[in-house]
Amino acid sequence: MSTRHDTAASPLKGGAAPGRPPRGTASASAKDREERRRKKLSRRWQRDMRWSPYAFVAPFFLLFLAFGLFPLIYTGWASLHQVELTAPTDMNWVGLKNYTRIFDDDFFWNAARNTLTIGIISTVPQLLMAMGIAHILNYKLRASTFYRVAMLAPYATSIAAASLVFVLLFGRDYGMINWALDLVGIDPVAWQDDKWPGQFAVSTIIIWRWTGYNALIYLAAMQAIPQDLYESAALDGANRWQQFLHVTLPSLRPTILFTVVVSTIGASQVFGEPLLFDPNKGASGGAEHQFQTLGLYLYEQGWINQHLGRASAIAWMMFLILIVIGIINYVISRRLRASS
Amino acid sequence: MTTTVTPPPPETTSAKEQVRSRLPKSARAGGTLHGGPIAYAILIVFTIVSLFPLVWTAIAASRDTQRLAQTPPPFWFGSNLFKNLEIAWTEANLGEAFLNTTIVAGISAVTVVILSTIAGFAFAKLRFRGRGALMLLVIGTMMVPPQLSIIPLYMMVAKLDWTDQLQAVIFPSLVSAFGVFFMRQYLLQALPDEIIEAARVDGASSWRVVWHVVFPAARPAMAVLGMLIFVQTWNDFLWPFLVLTQSGNPTVQVAVAGLGRGFTPDQSLIMAGALLGTLPLLLVFAVFGKQIVGGIMQGAVKG
Repeated sequence: MSTRHDTAASPLKGGAAPGRPPRGTASASAKDREERRRKKLSRRWQRDMRWSPYAFVAPFFLLFLAFGLFPLIYTGWASLHQVELTAPTDMNWVGLKNYTRIFDDDFFWNAARNTLTIGIISTVPQLLMAMGIAHILNYKLRASTFYRVAMLAPYATSIAAASLVFVLLFGRDYGMINWALDLVGIDPVAWQDDKWPGQFAVSTIIIWRWTGYNALIYLAAMQAIPQDLYESAALDGANRWQQFLHVTLPSLRPTILFTVVVSTIGASQVFGEPLLFDPNKGASGGAEHQFQTLGLYLYEQGWINQHLGRASAIAWMMFLILIVIGIINYVISRRLRASS
Repeated sequence: MTTTVTPPPPETTSAKEQVRSRLPKSARAGGTLHGGPIAYAILIVFTIVSLFPLVWTAIAASRDTQRLAQTPPPFWFGSNLFKNLEIAWTEANLGEAFLNTTIVAGISAVTVVILSTIAGFAFAKLRFRGRGALMLLVIGTMMVPPQLSIIPLYMMVAKLDWTDQLQAVIFPSLVSAFGVFFMRQYLLQALPDEIIEAARVDGASSWRVVWHVVFPAARPAMAVLGMLIFVQTWNDFLWPFLVLTQSGNPTVQVAVAGLGRGFTPDQSLIMAGALLGTLPLLLVFAVFGKQIVGGIMQGAVKG
């Protein structure tokens, strides 16, 4: 790296100060020249120093405003209007009507409950397994890079491809999972038709795609824990489990919080997996809406039933729920910190 | 001054080593402990679970649908792989879809990397009014689900008459708050202030500093971020699914998902399509897997 810097910087040296006298033998006139040059440059220099930071962040923020921040706020505005997909630019003010409607809508609450349960079924085992795998990967192992790359492979798979494969694996009559269950004497499960099996299957797709990724994040944080902590814990007589409990876990707390937040956000938007898990029912998330998530419900309201205003209200409700979960998270993590 | 002698360095280390060797094995956890057979067994099981659905996609794609509707399910390859791949390729219009997805993911990866690097540099190394607030805004929006903005985005796209056009997918994917955060974290550490100061002393303007100092220093992180964004954009489903129909400019994911629709779908064709949609990224992973793993781990620590 350093050689690259040197070669990169060298043309500047020649260009900026031609014929600069060697250090220590500078004559008075050379000093004067230098002084004048500095003054001439200083105004341009100051302008550069003051404004170029803004120029560097400007392209990002311009796009960010147009495609990130503006739509975010505008969703709130749209949620107070009646807007139909067929004429997305005609907006009629209806106040809070969209919100009261979805409050009275059983399917909204059904989708909210499903999102919560799928979120829990997918996130909790995922993070626990990721933690265990990270702990193992932290040992000295042969071919450790191979395991890391292999368990990141699901991350490279798209939601569409993964969901279609799992639909086959979870097939009721000829799916591999029911076949394997049959081997150990368990009756076939109607994964697509029953509520909890359906939610479990949808969660499995999520767990499969993200466990390796989270394991790598935990591993990175574990490797940053100083070795001395373990040594002094061992001197105090802590066994390996106690070391994990009293050294590893506390050191990992910020990382755990980070993965919980990211997974919660991910879980709040689950969309493709339940959509594709029952391709014929599509947006309703199973015949009985048994695995319809809020993301899917938003899509159904907005693009199937064509009520964009109501869909906007669902989007804002999702945001509010996330904020509430965020606050609960924050309170719990503060409690944990205070108690330790 | 008393002349209490501090023990000479070599003695300390040897003393420490003595202590260490007297410790129970459990003391040397984390990195220095060698994994036993149980550790290997767990890892191998997990590796198989990770890879099995991918391998089985290829197996199912090499069979015909009748065979997939039998028990036990096939565990080894049949002879229909190339026939199915060919049919899936033409039926789902995957040639066009690949071209579209490559264009979208390529443009967004390059743009995100460049914009994130210069913005990340400004946030990491330059002082300016509003820096803290703007950075907080960037981090804050990383926490907001993208579904919160799809409806106005859809309205914009409809108003601009971009439905079914690639630019409808490209423009929203040009920005990544995560990218800015990632580059900022990297440059905070990887770019010493002295190098920037040295370039300044030599009279370099900010733009020359970016070109000759920041870009070379950030190259490894730029490569990783580029790959991450490419993978993410390639796999993106919700937004392309909303604005691109199968008939007009589908991306690979939209085309593959389309294969699964219909009441009597041909399972082996669906698997062939899923395999084709995943293959390019698996190849990227096979070649750059190590770097991608390193990048994800690097981005994680300095959170």
